[in-house]
Amino acid sequence: MMTKQIGDTLIRTVDLVKEFEISGGDFFGRNKPRVHATSNVNIQINKGETYALVGESGCGKSTLGRLMLKLIEPTSGHVEFEGININELPSEEMREIRKKMQIIFQDPYASLNPRMNVYDIIAEPLVTHHVCKTKDETKERVKELMERVGIRPEFINRYPHQFSGGQRQRIGIARALALQPQLIICDEPVSALDVSIQSQILNLLHDLQEEFNLTYLFISHDLSVVRYISDRVCVMFLGKVCEIGNTEDIFGNPLHPYTKFLIDAVPKPDPFLRKENKQLLHGDIPSPVNPPTGCRFHTRCPYAKDICSEIEPEMKNVDNKQVACHLI
Amino acid sequence: MDELLRINNLKTHFFTKKGVVPAVDGVSISVPQSSVIGVVGESGCGKSMTAMSIMQLVQKPGRIIDGSIELEGEDLLKYSGDNMRNIRGNKISMIFQEPMTALNPVYTVGRQVTEAIRIHHHDIDKEEAKKMALDIFNAVGIPEPDRRFNSYPHQLSGGLRQRVMIGMAMVCNPRLMIADEPTTALDVTIEAQILFLMKKLQEERGTSILLITHNLGVVAEICDYVYVMYAGKVMEQANTFELFKNTSHQYTEGLMKSIPKITAEKERLYNIKGVVPNLMKLPKGCRFCPRCEKAMPRCFMEEPPLYKVKTVVENAGEHYARCFLCESSEVMNDD
Repeated sequence: MMTKQIGDTLIRTVDLVKEFEISGGDFFGRNKPRVHATSNVNIQINKGETYALVGESGCGKSTLGRLMLKLIEPTSGHVEFEGININELPSEEMREIRKKMQIIFQDPYASLNPRMNVYDIIAEPLVTHHVCKTKDETKERVKELMERVGIRPEFINRYPHQFSGGQRQRIGIARALALQPQLIICDEPVSALDVSIQSQILNLLHDLQEEFNLTYLFISHDLSVVRYISDRVCVMFLGKVCEIGNTEDIFGNPLHPYTKFLIDAVPKPDPFLRKENKQLLHGDIPSPVNPPTGCRFHTRCPYAKDICSEIEPEMKNVDNKQVACHLI
Repeated sequence: MDELLRINNLKTHFFTKKGVVPAVDGVSISVPQSSVIGVVGESGCGKSMTAMSIMQLVQKPGRIIDGSIELEGEDLLKYSGDNMRNIRGNKISMIFQEPMTALNPVYTVGRQVTEAIRIHHHDIDKEEAKKMALDIFNAVGIPEPDRRFNSYPHQLSGGLRQRVMIGMAMVCNPRLMIADEPTTALDVTIEAQILFLMKKLQEERGTSILLITHNLGVVAEICDYVYVMYAGKVMEQANTFELFKNTSHQYTEGLMKSIPKITAEKERLYNIKGVVPNLMKLPKGCRFCPRCEKAMPRCFMEEPPLYKVKTVVENAGEHYARCFLCESSEVMNDD
């Protein structure tokens, strides 16, 4: 099925750290508590591939997506797009780069302005970046995009509330495609949809990738979807990368204990695979305000040793994968 | 196995200005004692409305217009007001998808759980109710129950809130717990914990669970018997193992093929073409026929009844499918 061409690095992050200040602290506003959303994240995404970021809520996967688009500024570290450090670029030059990266959001009800019709929504990026010269040209382009994502062009004057969830997500995809980007960040694009609609959208994303040679950063908590769509997977826990590898390697032979538990916890749609004594992860996800010392997973890890609570594990290259765990 | 709850030909319709919406249109479900029964379907198929009808919490302009709901032989639809209040939370309890909106943010969780006890048992004093609440907190696996008793919902994580909800639902030892998408808002590792907890409580206390979900994985994991709903009707019903091994309705088949499997090879995902029909303009004949790949002329003319399917799994009980392709001698008497 895969006829993709995977090329050189398109975007990479260098020691990316993002901390958010939250309310609290002393009388003078000093020592405010900080949420450690991402800590020293180094990932690289190659041209033409689908790179999945997975993890549970609060692991920093959405923050990382927003940092890569420069929608928020990092506390330290930087993002390189085609070798250019986008965190030091002046705003005019950044505008040019923004055309090359787009985003699709999770909730198709919240991400489309209810007062704008389909034409206005899809044409907005074209107008902002002065891509089309005349209004007719813009209209043609919008219709072309609508057709490509499977919305009938006669619906061009309709408003978002007249569409179903799946159709709205298609409109969001058309808007993201309008500027012919290289990178599309898909932030949980199918988690709000019913299964039969979800499969339509996943197939559409797959077709578009082949047609336009797109690169996807696919953010999701749904491991079955990730297994289906991605080429490489990065598993995150509480702002840290646990394991990175090819999809087949990650699912076939997970090394990090957290990856193993995560894959094991997914309810499998086959009663014949039921396990009587399934090993469960105990406890809750720790707070990102006071992340545990050492390995951030050690409070939930059944294999944790003394060293895990003291020293932060380094990224190691093992069997074609990168893993951060002392026990490997 | 003895029957605990029997829903017979239930019809809950909504009388809107634009017309009548048959949200639940002749549904029959049986819940045996001490079992986990699943109801699956996509949004708008009527699964949540079936649950609300059992609790008699259907809001206007909705109304139960036909059918019966029998709990241990007593028809609940004859009850109203006070009588029904004795059933709700006491014999039948319910947990919801979003534990944050289901809990009251201005009271401590301890107070909310003891309230449930004292409403149903007037002779229990505060001290004793607190003891019962702490016991149930222990049973549902809340760490440090003494401290959590005085916490407000916003101080708890999603998983803990759902544990509080389950505790509140179980504290009066109900015969039936209705769980409407109980794990949809939770992370996978927490979801696995909650499913395990529900199964454990069901086995230890003999409470039956009616589990409403859109996730076939959850169904496969813990249900004994499953009802698949589409556009207000049951399309297929079978033992869980039988349903996955011998899928007989095209809609169930489509649902199963649409989910990407974590265990399978990559291939193009199947999709059910089209969308769920508008309930006000249901197609004539089979509700699924406009989206069905195997539809025959007959499917567009008349509505199929539930046909009995020959089972392939041993001791699977009865298997029915609402499809002419399963036509055989036996028909379930459903209307």
